[in-house]
Amino acid sequence: MALDSPKELGAIQFGLMDPETYRDMSATKVITADTYDDDGYPIDMGLMDPRLGVIDPGLECRTCGQHSGSCNGHFGHIELAAPVIHVGFTKLIRRLLRATCRECGRLSLTDEEKEEFSEKLERAKELGEDPNDVLKAAIRQARKAGRCPYCIDQSTGEPTKQHDIKHEKPTTYYEVQDVLSGEYSELIASAMQPDPDDEDDPGMAPQELAEKTDIPLDRINQILSGEFRPKADDRKAIERALDIDLTEEDMNKLMPSDIRDWFEDIPDEDIEAIGIDAERSRPEWMILTVLPVPPVTARPSITLDNGQRSEDDLTHKLVDIIRINQRFMENREAGAPQLIIEDLWELLQYHVTTFIDNEISGTPPARHRSGRPLKTLSQRLKGKEGRFRGSLSGKRVNFSARTVISPDPTLSLNEVGVPRRVATEMTQTMNVTERNLDRARRFVSNGPEGHPGANYVKRPDGRRLKVTEKNCEELAEKVEEEWEVNRHLIDGDIVIFNRQPSLHRMSIMAHEVVVMPYKTFRLNTTVCPPYNADFDGDEMNMHALQNEEARAEARVLMRVQEQILSPRFGENIIGAIQDHISGTYLLTHENPQFSETQALDLLRATSVDTLPEPNGETETGDPYWTGRALFSELLPDDLSLEFTSSAGDDVVIEDGQHLEGTIDEDAVGAFGGEIVDTITKVYGETRARIFINEIASLAMRSIMHFGFSLGIDDESIPEEANEMVDEAIENAYEQIQELIETYAAGELESLPGRTVDETLEMKIMQRLGKARDSAGEIAEDHFGDDNPAVIMARSGARGSMLNLTQMAGCVGQQAVRGERINRGYEDRTLSHFRPNDLSAEAHGFVENSYRGGLTPKEFFFHAMGGREGLVDTAVRTSKSGYLQRRLINALSELEAQYDGTVRDTSGTIVQFEFGEDGTSPVKVSSNVENEIDVGSIADRVIDNEFTSEEEKARFLGTQEPPTNLSEYAGPGLNKAGTQEVESDD
Amino acid sequence: MTENPTADYEHVDEDIEAVVEDTELPRRLKDEIYGIVEEHEGISVEQADDIAKATETRYVDTRVDPLDPVGTVSAQSIGEPGTQMTMNTFHYAGVAEIDVTQGLPRLIELVDARKTPDTPMMTVYLDDEYADDRERAHEVVWSIEATKILALGDVSTNVADMVVRVDLNDETLQERWPREDDVGEIAQRIADTIEDALGVETRRQGTVIQFGPEQPSYRELLQLVEQLREIVFKGIEDVTRVVIRKEKLDDGGEEFVLYTEGSAFGDVLDIEGVDGTRSTTNNIHEVYRNLGVEAAREAIINETMDTLEEQGLDDVNVRHLMLVSDIMTNRGTIESIGRHGISGSKESVLARAAFEVTVNHLLDAAIHGELDDLDGVIENVIVGKPVAIGTGDVDLKMGSIGGGTAKEVTDGGESEIEPADD
Repeated sequence: MALDSPKELGAIQFGLMDPETYRDMSATKVITADTYDDDGYPIDMGLMDPRLGVIDPGLECRTCGQHSGSCNGHFGHIELAAPVIHVGFTKLIRRLLRATCRECGRLSLTDEEKEEFSEKLERAKELGEDPNDVLKAAIRQARKAGRCPYCIDQSTGEPTKQHDIKHEKPTTYYEVQDVLSGEYSELIASAMQPDPDDEDDPGMAPQELAEKTDIPLDRINQILSGEFRPKADDRKAIERALDIDLTEEDMNKLMPSDIRDWFEDIPDEDIEAIGIDAERSRPEWMILTVLPVPPVTARPSITLDNGQRSEDDLTHKLVDIIRINQRFMENREAGAPQLIIEDLWELLQYHVTTFIDNEISGTPPARHRSGRPLKTLSQRLKGKEGRFRGSLSGKRVNFSARTVISPDPTLSLNEVGVPRRVATEMTQTMNVTERNLDRARRFVSNGPEGHPGANYVKRPDGRRLKVTEKNCEELAEKVEEEWEVNRHLIDGDIVIFNRQPSLHRMSIMAHEVVVMPYKTFRLNTTVCPPYNADFDGDEMNMHALQNEEARAEARVLMRVQEQILSPRFGENIIGAIQDHISGTYLLTHENPQFSETQALDLLRATSVDTLPEPNGETETGDPYWTGRALFSELLPDDLSLEFTSSAGDDVVIEDGQHLEGTIDEDAVGAFGGEIVDTITKVYGETRARIFINEIASLAMRSIMHFGFSLGIDDESIPEEANEMVDEAIENAYEQIQELIETYAAGELESLPGRTVDETLEMKIMQRLGKARDSAGEIAEDHFGDDNPAVIMARSGARGSMLNLTQMAGCVGQQAVRGERINRGYEDRTLSHFRPNDLSAEAHGFVENSYRGGLTPKEFFFHAMGGREGLVDTAVRTSKSGYLQRRLINALSELEAQYDGTVRDTSGTIVQFEFGEDGTSPVKVSSNVENEIDVGSIADRVIDNEFTSEEEKARFLGTQEPPTNLSEYAGPGLNKAGTQEVESDD
Repeated sequence: MTENPTADYEHVDEDIEAVVEDTELPRRLKDEIYGIVEEHEGISVEQADDIAKATETRYVDTRVDPLDPVGTVSAQSIGEPGTQMTMNTFHYAGVAEIDVTQGLPRLIELVDARKTPDTPMMTVYLDDEYADDRERAHEVVWSIEATKILALGDVSTNVADMVVRVDLNDETLQERWPREDDVGEIAQRIADTIEDALGVETRRQGTVIQFGPEQPSYRELLQLVEQLREIVFKGIEDVTRVVIRKEKLDDGGEEFVLYTEGSAFGDVLDIEGVDGTRSTTNNIHEVYRNLGVEAAREAIINETMDTLEEQGLDDVNVRHLMLVSDIMTNRGTIESIGRHGISGSKESVLARAAFEVTVNHLLDAAIHGELDDLDGVIENVIVGKPVAIGTGDVDLKMGSIGGGTAKEVTDGGESEIEPADD
């Protein structure tokens, strides 16, 4: 019986399975533990029975007639010789045993109580609370009853007494009963003896006991001689009279079959009251009588190189189960003693238990011959590599490529250079129509190896044909309308590009393909910040999109230029970096002058092909252009902007002319460069993309024009400066020595809330920090403004003044856990120092500079500090990764709605307006209170300074800005000139 | 709003009002436009219309797009800077004297909604009359800080007589109980506290208190001393230390602010002189218990923002933190983010199973006969259906050629479609 698999799932119902259903859906009963016979054919009714599905290619499934690949496999079943407990439900079984009557199986709750819990259950469901909590509360209530409210014990005439259930992990249950102790006569006799310590106690004569208990004297005598076991009533009377306890606990083991019988008696309405679905999950189904055998496709065997077959872990486990099952049956039929039967039963239980879960505490895991624990059902589902997280939430995909990345400043930031090898492997589907028939034929005729070729064609009847070098010409002629051609990637195709870890949405962006030689993906360096990529061997993944909807979505929403603004802080995350910034700094800092040739050279990689009016004439009468004027050429004509960079430089841009200030990181850099940010928000993403591309080109030309290099001599300072540094450090040493002396004399005053020791440490740290700083200042004073390292630090391109200080002046205090280095030997850090030496050099102060070189001791301390940093990073990545996973999981369902509310997918309102005001975090910088400047809008309208109606319409927003879907299809600066290239198929 | 919104503006006539009121702008921006009209002392209706239109365009542009997956974006915006934070736990925030957990551990602690933070701490603001006066501020300090015997005097044991002798310091007593005149009285109160706590008879002579075990026992004597040290004579037991600081106010004035190590927010709010409207604690559960969920929501936002700011990540948009805080407090109590909170109480079995403790969720689902409707994101990824979020939430059908309507919305209740970006 083959179940038709549905095309689309509407809902999934969970429940237990009835053993009858197991039998019904089973393709075959499995009775032999063997898999293959000597000829290598699967044995009938064995674990590899061909009715369970096929894995070997060429064979036919005996249930559905399909071949491997299309047959999903079919379940079989094993008839267990005796019922066994399902390990997953041991806790619930214990609870049910405790809460239901041992005689009639009814839940020990009154009707009112049941009603109450049903209501609570309903409520929990409404509130989305865990129904297990209600179940637990109900069980607790039921246990209190002690006696069954529904049935009468025949032997006593009282309501049936409930016994405690003891659960021995993992799968053994005992009923604890109070029974008459075997030594009852001795116990009674000794209690009747007079107490030797108490003279007043005369003991008790049998006569007296008989009177007190209303038991005839001869019966008392019989009891005392051990000839007669007192009945429950009599026992209690004697216990009362003598103040003794005649019972002992008796553990009565409950076999799975007993439990199954017990559960069968529980009425449906009783278990419904505690939240168990009686229709789908009868409690007796938690005790297995039939074991489903997973299809072979779920446990394929592997053929090793030497022709031997290696079976899956599940198969191994099933073999064990069948063997024991058979032995059990044989022994039982042969009438083996109870002890042996019980042993085998337990063994069967063990195997079924480990088949389901092999990581049960208290049970030794079943092992492979090599000693490796077997991976059974639960282990297949669990954890990162398990079915859920490894195969269902995350899947492996086709049409993906991965290789090393390298930079290419000639590409636009929207583009990615794709190696030919990749482009010829990854395809796009082309639906052949009247209009593209010729093109389609050309692709096919180029074959799978020629570049814009094709790999497969699909005929209208659904047959797929592989394009080969041999048949390509022939096939190309056959291609007609309504065929599909899987053609290679060509320039202008859209692909998805990704670098792990994908921490934010800018880690996956859509790029346009540029097919290139060699073997690496090429990207524009300005997209490094969003991907957090560098080129020290990083690899990235590319995915080719396979349908029109996906391609359209990628183009409109995912293209790099659409991601220029980061939703984290609402400013640009793409912009100039490193050398770009040094370049613009050099270009604009002192506003240098350039001759016509130089100016044209600087702008040659940009779309600017005519120079503006020269800024003036040199002494020789040649016209010159200033750096700022050249930079202005890239700005939108009507851009006006004024801001102060964090270096304290006032930048003034008026009507697209850069008038004052230095362009540095705060102006054009990634992470909130003021000019890039404004252009993106005011002039749109397309303009911003063009601006960033051109800034990068101009800056590269500029830095090449000036020349920029950094060597070890750039960090050296004159001898007299070195002496000053030494002096500053010497000074600090002296002061610290004084501090230590005061401390040793016990005269150091502690800071509030600190001990004297802590105070001393803090003061020393402070003093040494100051020493490092003054060394840095001295070094800084001796660096020229044209020092490349200084330029980089000032412009924000790379590095800081602190780095420079450490290279030239003094490295400073090394710290472990925020303190001076205090570990190592007893009372000292290294054996080179005297015990309890508190001086700077004994606790990790590095007085040398990196350039000057560290002493061995300093080097060692420096390595200690460095090691801490590495450990910190390692710990941090794992912690923050987990934090991110939890956050994503908790928030992934939230979505803004048309009415402005934020709701989860089930419709619960989380916010009435996103972020209290409905403002998008992408469009508005996080530190801006009021983004819309009505004043400046009004000024523009009133001054009416629009050059054209169109400009005004664009300003008012009555006219939508033109769509830009491709690098090659304008508007604005048309990269491809007039050359017409179709963007997509 | 019944009253005329433009009544206060002299130069705003009916026509201008009509064009401005016709926009989708919020009150705030409309008023701003009126203000500008006023400033220019009257402009033409066309100009006003242009201003209103241009403003509206920009305003609409800054709105969140419908069907924007704001949850995932917020989660990423908080998670991503997590990689840049330090693990170094202890750092001084604001006050040099008090160590507070900072950085990634603190962020994790907040998101976990731990019952007590690693380093509980309160910031206590004072009412006016207490805030300017150091003496009076100290009065509040003494009623907050747990006062133990070692702070009040010397403790010595006399082994010969088997007594513990407490020598109270007159000045300290007077300082800590400023309302009491007689030192003897204070000492008597201390003696009474000791009697209650240790169950011993005390003898008091002036400011010297003596007591000993009933039966002479060396061990018991030492034990008494140990116990004596733990007794809190004044203040709140959980607050081990209070630091007093003078802080500048915005208006140039100065006031005293107390920072405490240890937190007992409910108790502190009852103390006279404490300004309950400004005082806070870093224990979000205490805020929740004393001030309610809305306050707890606010506290989570503030604490997470402070943590990020301290690490130099102050550029993270607060709106992301608001969303996290809102989902944590959505059900009226504080829920943690993770398996014991939000992720563990999701409706979908598959979503829960895919997060953590996979097998147990599946087994429980079977017992309760749960039905997974496959509404959420994770479930649909698992079963391979389009996810109903973002572009997956829009059902857009292209009409057949010549079929009349080009576009048709087939989504259940939604009657609007997102205006296309291009």
